[in-house]
Amino acid sequence: MKAAEFEYLCAESVSEVCQALADGGEDSRIIAGGQTLVPLMVMRMVRPTLLIDINHVAELQGIAEDAGGIKIGACTRQADAETSDLVQQKLPLLAKALRLVGHPQTRNRGTVGGSIANADPAAEIPLVALTLDAELVAMSNSGESHYQAAGFFSFVMETALGPDQCLTELRFPVWDGAHVGTGFEEVSIRDSDFAILAAAAQIETDNEGNCRRCAIAIGGGAPKPLRMGACEDAMIGARLDDNHINQAAALAAEAIDPGSDVHASAEYRRRIAPELVARALKQAVSEARP
Amino acid sequence: MKQRAIRVTVNGKAHESEIAPRLTLVDYLRDVLGLTGTHAGCEHGVCGACTVILDGAPVRSCLMFAVQADGHAIATVEGLAKDDGTLSPLQDAFWEAHAMQCGFCTPGMLMAATALLKSNPDPSDDDIMDALGGNLCRCTGYQQIIEAVRLAALRTGEADG
Repeated sequence: MKAAEFEYLCAESVSEVCQALADGGEDSRIIAGGQTLVPLMVMRMVRPTLLIDINHVAELQGIAEDAGGIKIGACTRQADAETSDLVQQKLPLLAKALRLVGHPQTRNRGTVGGSIANADPAAEIPLVALTLDAELVAMSNSGESHYQAAGFFSFVMETALGPDQCLTELRFPVWDGAHVGTGFEEVSIRDSDFAILAAAAQIETDNEGNCRRCAIAIGGGAPKPLRMGACEDAMIGARLDDNHINQAAALAAEAIDPGSDVHASAEYRRRIAPELVARALKQAVSEARP
Repeated sequence: MKQRAIRVTVNGKAHESEIAPRLTLVDYLRDVLGLTGTHAGCEHGVCGACTVILDGAPVRSCLMFAVQADGHAIATVEGLAKDDGTLSPLQDAFWEAHAMQCGFCTPGMLMAATALLKSNPDPSDDDIMDALGGNLCRCTGYQQIIEAVRLAALRTGEADG
C-alpha cells in the first residue's frame, strides 16, 4: 500500500459533501479527478484521513449556457469540456488551453474545477479563468460564496477556498462581439507538460480593426497567474500592427515575478514573457480582424 | 480501517472484492485479480505504463483508487486477444512493426492506442502522437510504435471495406 490509510466517502450530493467537510475537519479532502491528489497521497506528501469522492455528484457535472455566460460544473471532465460544442464556440480560449492540459489519459479523469481548486501557478485552466474574469462558486454548510478569479488565486496551490468549502461551478462571461480573437501560447519541455511559462490573450476589435477590448494574463510567471494590466492598457484603442503589439508585449517582462527551478531560470522566464504575449496577441488579432 | 466491497467488470467478467480504500486500481488489478499485464511503472502518473480503459476512456490506473472503480467497466491488455490467442489487429501490427524492445511500456501503449483507434479509426500521425504522448518508452524511440498504430489503422480500414 502506498497511500496512508483513510476513510472513503462516495458522495452523491453537494449537501452531503459540505456536511462531510464540516464533520471531517481539516484533514478531510475532496477527490475529483485525483490527477494531482493521488500522486501526492501515494508519495505520502499529503495524508487525508477522510477522502470525499465527488465523481458521482451529478449536480457538479455539465456545461450549460445562460444569460451570464457559460457555466461549467466543477467536476466536469477536462476531456468533456475539450470536446464540448459550447466551449469551442463560446469559449475558444478555454478550448485552446484544454488541449495543453496533461495527456488524453489525464484529461479523461482530471476535472475543470479540480485544476482551479488545485491552483498550480503554471496550470492552463486557472490562467484562462483569470484572463476571462470567471466567477467561481463554492458551497459550504454556511451557504454559497462567489469569488472573482482575480481574487481567488492567492499563492502556489492556495486559493480563497476554506477547508469547509466545495467548489461547485465556474461561470465564464462570453465576449459576443463580432470581431473576437484568442491566443494561447506556452513553452514546456514536452507538449502537455506543465508550462514553464504560458500566455493567454483575448481581444475584440472594432470595424476598423482597432482594439476595443483586451485581456492578457501569464501563468508560471509568479506564485499565481497574473493579469498584464499594462499590456492591456497599451493595446486598447490602438491600431493592431505587429510593431505596436511587440511594444505592448514588452511590458510583460516587468509585470511578472518569476522564480527559478530545475526547468528554467527566472531570467529565462522574464525573457520569453514578451515573446509569448506577442505571439498570443498576434494569434488573437489574426482571428479578430474584420 | 474499514474494508469496502466493490463490484467491477474487467474484460467483460464481473468481480466482487473486499478491499482497503487506499488500494490503487493498478495494484487491485495486479495483486487481487492477478492481471499482471497492466504494468506498474512510475506509480505516480507520469509514465503511462498502467493505462487501462475505464468505461471506454483510457486512464492511468495508478491515479485511481480501486474503490472508485466500483460499478465501472475496465478493459486491460489481457482482454485484447481473442480467447484462442489470436492477437488483435493492433497487437499484430506491434508484432510486425517491432514496436517494442523490452516490452515494459507495451501494455500501456496498446491500451492508449486501442482507445484511439476506437474513437478515431483513421488517425493522423499528430493524432497518434497526441494519444500516446502520455506513455513513455525508453527503448524504441517511438517510431515503430507510431508505425504500428498506423499499420493497424490501415488494415482495419481495409478489412472494413
